[in-house]
Amino acid sequence: MKKLFLGVLTALALAAGGTFAGTLDDVKARGNLLCGVSTGAPGFATVDDSGKDVGFDVDYCRALAAAIFGDPMAVKFVGLTSAVRFTALAAGEVDILARNTTWTYSRDTDLKQTFLGVNYYDGQGFMVKKELGVKSTTELDGATVCIQVGTTTELNLADYFKENGMSYEPVPTADNAESQQQYLAGACDTYTTDASALHGTRVNLENPDDHLVLPEIISKEPLGPLVRHGDDNWADIGRWVLNALVIAEEKGITKGNIDSWKDTKDAEIHRLLGTGDDDILAMVGLPKNAMYNAIKAGGNYGEIFENNLGATSGINIERGVNASWTKGGILYSPPFR
Amino acid sequence: MSSPTLPPSESFKFSMLLSDTRYRGMSLQVITFIIFMAVFFWLVDNTIKNLALLDKDVSFNFLWLRAGYDINQRLIPYTSDSTHGMAALVGILNTLLVAFVGCIIATVLGLFVGILRLSKNWIVAKLMSAYIEGFRNVPVLLWIVMVFALLTEFTPAPRAFKGAEPEATMLFFESIAITNRGTYFPAPVLAEGAYWLLLCFGLSIVASIYFIRYANKQKIDTGKSLPTFWISVAVIILPTLILFFAMGQPVSLEYPYLKGFNFKDGIHLRNSFLALTLALAFYTSAFIAEIVRAGIMAVSKGQSEAAASLGLRPNKIMSLIILPQALRIIVPPLISNYLNLTKNSSLAIAVGYMDVRGTLGGITLNQTGRELESMLLLMGFYLAVSLLISSFINYFNRSFQIVVR
Repeated sequence: MKKLFLGVLTALALAAGGTFAGTLDDVKARGNLLCGVSTGAPGFATVDDSGKDVGFDVDYCRALAAAIFGDPMAVKFVGLTSAVRFTALAAGEVDILARNTTWTYSRDTDLKQTFLGVNYYDGQGFMVKKELGVKSTTELDGATVCIQVGTTTELNLADYFKENGMSYEPVPTADNAESQQQYLAGACDTYTTDASALHGTRVNLENPDDHLVLPEIISKEPLGPLVRHGDDNWADIGRWVLNALVIAEEKGITKGNIDSWKDTKDAEIHRLLGTGDDDILAMVGLPKNAMYNAIKAGGNYGEIFENNLGATSGINIERGVNASWTKGGILYSPPFR
Repeated sequence: MSSPTLPPSESFKFSMLLSDTRYRGMSLQVITFIIFMAVFFWLVDNTIKNLALLDKDVSFNFLWLRAGYDINQRLIPYTSDSTHGMAALVGILNTLLVAFVGCIIATVLGLFVGILRLSKNWIVAKLMSAYIEGFRNVPVLLWIVMVFALLTEFTPAPRAFKGAEPEATMLFFESIAITNRGTYFPAPVLAEGAYWLLLCFGLSIVASIYFIRYANKQKIDTGKSLPTFWISVAVIILPTLILFFAMGQPVSLEYPYLKGFNFKDGIHLRNSFLALTLALAFYTSAFIAEIVRAGIMAVSKGQSEAAASLGLRPNKIMSLIILPQALRIIVPPLISNYLNLTKNSSLAIAVGYMDVRGTLGGITLNQTGRELESMLLLMGFYLAVSLLISSFINYFNRSFQIVVR
């Protein structure tokens, strides 16, 4: 029903007029950032026991809000299912979508979205109950598969089973919670989605040890935040806040030691933290210390990762390819200059 | 003698368009029409302009692109290589299937419950009231989810049928398996010569219709009533049955069996389909029951008393006197309930049933990003189906009323 509503809303929003240029001004005038996140993806966007939004995607939006307002709490989170997210973004319901969304060609071009970069290199995996005795995805011929509608995983799944000459029965679900419930009830043999989300879901199950995330990864899922076409300045702001978090990890700037870099000889750090003479952030309409605030909000990329997905969070996802390029990963930011 | 004088003919003045009753009605209509069209064109123009601003165009070409996703329940051949248009068609057929089956169940149930609610038996009447109030006063979405939850949470998984001492067994001589993924029935397999059977069956039905007409005519002409029901049942079943054995049983049953993760073969009614259809049928049947009750009560009491005084039995009174008169009242509101059921079937996504809202308005919309086009097509489809249903039943209703009067 919500999807239908949003569809109609888009039509109305389009019909009633309104342009989307000058998003930064709109956000400033409103006083908070509207950030579209998942309705519940452990590790990426959930609500903790005290009712606070937490997660990897949530922390990115907090950093962005901090860069704009100097206040990481000046952000309103809008829970969106995978099916309505693009419509909501196109209709102006949210300013930015940080909802573990895969960057693909057709989303970039045909859906008229601008991806700001990759904040998590993911891949599609499968989770099964150990009692099934399945050890590999190649043994899944004839299985019933729970899958969230409107995702790239849906298309990968069709391609993967076709390529391997296997059959399957899809059980479409609206979101992670419904998939999980169907999977636990045994209405499907396996649940497939991004491996990070599977790990996040697994640790929150009653008996995580009864479940197994199969070793195969069947697709590339570069996840990242995105904005709608038409406001390049806004896209630049989002992109460079993300890059700033990555550079901060590269340089060793953390939430704790961020104030101790005033005397460094590294000019890039001065530009980044706004402690130098030149104010390059004025080019996009942000205050001089915007990136300082962004990093101060939740720490650098590495800290955000550890707190939400890594060992500290209990989900225990390895950094793997998501490590900085200086540490053997593929996370690499263009220079801040 | 003075001839009657006509009022002096005034020359037409512009203000008369509003002040003169001869023109006022017409000019108001013209004004309304102009305003309506202006608003309409403003909306269309604005939409196109704003779409252009978002760098989007209106195009239906996506219907001919590869869909890339699979659909579990398909009545026509479809793979992930088919087009979005085909996916929409699969969804349309799934919607129509739910609507068709749901309407039949709802009508039968509704008629039954509506009549029983008027029963003189206190317990039966109260039970039916409880049924009606229970289904009518809870949102249908909750019933759909509820039925689905019952079907998935309290039924065994296919694996429970495995092993030497399985936890669950199939019903009716190992032929029907009720699992948390749906119910599997044996499927008929047509061998050579089976089409003769179908032909025979079709002819028998036609024959029974002619027989019923003949019996009715006989009843009107002579007053004798034949045991129509039993004879027509015999006419329909016996020839086909005899032919079936004479031809050496050309139709066999294919039983579902457990292989790998799931049951194979047989007819698979998915829980999503069952939950949606049953919940919609139960919900709508409660409304239909009330319509039936209202229709029956609208027939004057004198009619049934007169029939009783002629010595007709209660069930004859119901079928010969009351129902034919009540039907005229029942049919028009019945249409709107059929339409409601059809439109409510768009709640299918709640249980993951792939109707046209799920394919065209769900996955296709998402994968292609064509919200406006998909929504327009979807609205066009529901509008067309609704108009078709109501025109069909209106036609039926009209011919029906003339016969009665």
